[in-house]
Amino acid sequence: MKKINIGLPQIIIIGYLLILTISLSFIDIPLIQMINASLIKWAMNGILVLSLVPMINIGVGRNFGLPIGICAGLIGMCIAIELRLESWSGFLVAILMGTVVALVFGGIYSLILNKLKGNEEIVGTFAGFSFIPIMNIFWTLAPFTNRQMLYPVGGQGLRPKISLNQYFGGVLDNAWQVNIGELVIPVGLLLFFAILCLIVHLFFKTKLGTIMMAIAENEAFVRLSGVNINRYRTYAIIFSTALAAIGICVYAQSYGFVELYNGPFMMAFPAVSAILIGGATRKKATIFHALIGAYLYQTTFLLSVPVANALLIPEMSEVIRMIVTNSIILYAFLYEGRLKKNEQV
Amino acid sequence: MNKYRSYYVPFFFIILSIVGIIAANVSMDFILGQLYSRFVRNTIFLLALIIPILSGMGINFAITIGAIAAQIAMVVAIDMGLPGGRALLLATIMSIGLAIVFGNIVGFLLNKAKGKEMIASIVIGFLGTNLYQLIFMVGYGTVITPFNEDTLLTRGIGVKSMLDCMHFKTLFAGVMPIKIGNTEGSLVPIIIVLILASMVYLTSRSRVGYHMKAVGEDLEIAEKLGIDVDKTRRISIVISTVLAALAHLMFVQDLGVINVYSGHLNLDVFSAAALLAGGATFKKATIKNAFVGIILFHTLFIVSPLAGQNLFKNPALGEYFRSFIAYGTIIFALMMNLKYEKVRRTLVKADVET
Repeated sequence: MKKINIGLPQIIIIGYLLILTISLSFIDIPLIQMINASLIKWAMNGILVLSLVPMINIGVGRNFGLPIGICAGLIGMCIAIELRLESWSGFLVAILMGTVVALVFGGIYSLILNKLKGNEEIVGTFAGFSFIPIMNIFWTLAPFTNRQMLYPVGGQGLRPKISLNQYFGGVLDNAWQVNIGELVIPVGLLLFFAILCLIVHLFFKTKLGTIMMAIAENEAFVRLSGVNINRYRTYAIIFSTALAAIGICVYAQSYGFVELYNGPFMMAFPAVSAILIGGATRKKATIFHALIGAYLYQTTFLLSVPVANALLIPEMSEVIRMIVTNSIILYAFLYEGRLKKNEQV
Repeated sequence: MNKYRSYYVPFFFIILSIVGIIAANVSMDFILGQLYSRFVRNTIFLLALIIPILSGMGINFAITIGAIAAQIAMVVAIDMGLPGGRALLLATIMSIGLAIVFGNIVGFLLNKAKGKEMIASIVIGFLGTNLYQLIFMVGYGTVITPFNEDTLLTRGIGVKSMLDCMHFKTLFAGVMPIKIGNTEGSLVPIIIVLILASMVYLTSRSRVGYHMKAVGEDLEIAEKLGIDVDKTRRISIVISTVLAALAHLMFVQDLGVINVYSGHLNLDVFSAAALLAGGATFKKATIKNAFVGIILFHTLFIVSPLAGQNLFKNPALGEYFRSFIAYGTIIFALMMNLKYEKVRRTLVKADVET
């Protein structure tokens, strides 16, 4: 059942990975460290990739409005920092509050998407983009009082980058680390990731999830059998948004900073690209796609940093990363266009 | 009721602008002066968006690619160190050439993504930006040797992020001077804008223009009428890209400095929003929309940071507000467009049934 369809995106990414691995052997960097870092990167970004799955499976398409869910998570984290909660309590409160906010945001987002059926991807892109200035106004005016999150001068408005060192930075990364020789496995982080994956997987085994998959397959048929499609779409969109909120909390605790303002602007594209690399199509994505896509995508770009530095052009890794990201997304659009044409004939 | 629908968005912008002007508390002279330079800088971008709308491709966000073509041409022209007039001429010729090539590529790609042109053109725009960055950030100094070492960063790889081209700006300064508000400008750029606008108008009235409208109305019917759909669509994208390249030349000429890595960003979204603010939809756009849109949208743009400063002691708030308006306008247009589509589809169905 779980067959990996090898298309052009997979060939590109695996080829790039091979080139990097070969060139890495010329540079004096221990491979084991790279593997350690790749595990953390995998789970750190993996949940954001995972958050795309519910929306794809109900046929809403790839969620380019990911920044909306991310902003919900950022609000959750800001609340936790405002309350000066440290370590686990901070992280859990951040996730909880983030999810609550995501329920509201997801509800509003679903209203827009349900109105504009068939154009979800472009609408999502602009919904995400237009949401960021709204949140910027919020970050500037919100009545937070913790000095460590405000601008050092003036005392009004949150600063663009809030350090999580004193709060819950690295709380998952450092939980139950297992050392095998030099290999460090962040069991806590991977366990958290695995639990979320399991939840999504089991969700699509329930009656609710099965109906959702059916909607993606044949919407007209499901509507005829008396199902309120918009209600299910709303559930899926809220689920995706909440997962994105949790995802950014995990991302931030690994990264060590909360990035506000224009930070989430371009976060949707890497996630979408990753799930495409995993082999997801427009209407079908599994946990497996999200896992393998996130790992391949993140590891490739992790390896490209030392190689670019060795070539003395540090910007190169970021530029090539964006080229690969965008060309994979573009390929998906072009390829789908072709498939559609074949169906018509 | 329906007759006035196309005036909703411009009317909304008029109200916002008036509120903004009152809140910003600035002199009319200042606004007019700013409007002059924004008119010169941005109108041609709006013109570039009109033709793809006619051929039913929606907003062509890949006008970024046209801007990139102009930027490549200008960087090379400045790198060669030619004097003002000749450099601008060379840049113009080269950017038109590059824009034709790029336009064909973009048109080819968009023909493969029928029905999803807008999102595909956004991704194409991003991808083009990245490739451009690769060439100028990494390629220059390693693979490509510049004519003049001064254009490179001190480490010898990558072009400087800002290049001075003041000699482009002073080119028109003496010719046909006019004074608008408190800015002294030249009439030449305005004449160029008007000439290009009439060219767009004539194109839409020509044989090709009618083909485009037919393609925009219905792909299959147009194909049955014997119109080469793909070619027509490609031509409209090429025209759009060339116009965008000229627009960017004008933009940089008026600005007097090339932001090598960021000059072309966000132009697509703001131009699209301005055109929609002028009352255009994804299916219908005219020259009138472009001119109304540029004035309304940019008045709001000029006053909103000042209004933010006046009302909240924070100019950033006004800036956030105006970016929200830009993106929000596009979402609103999408909603309106879909409603229109639904009405049209039911009409067609009714036609078939009777």
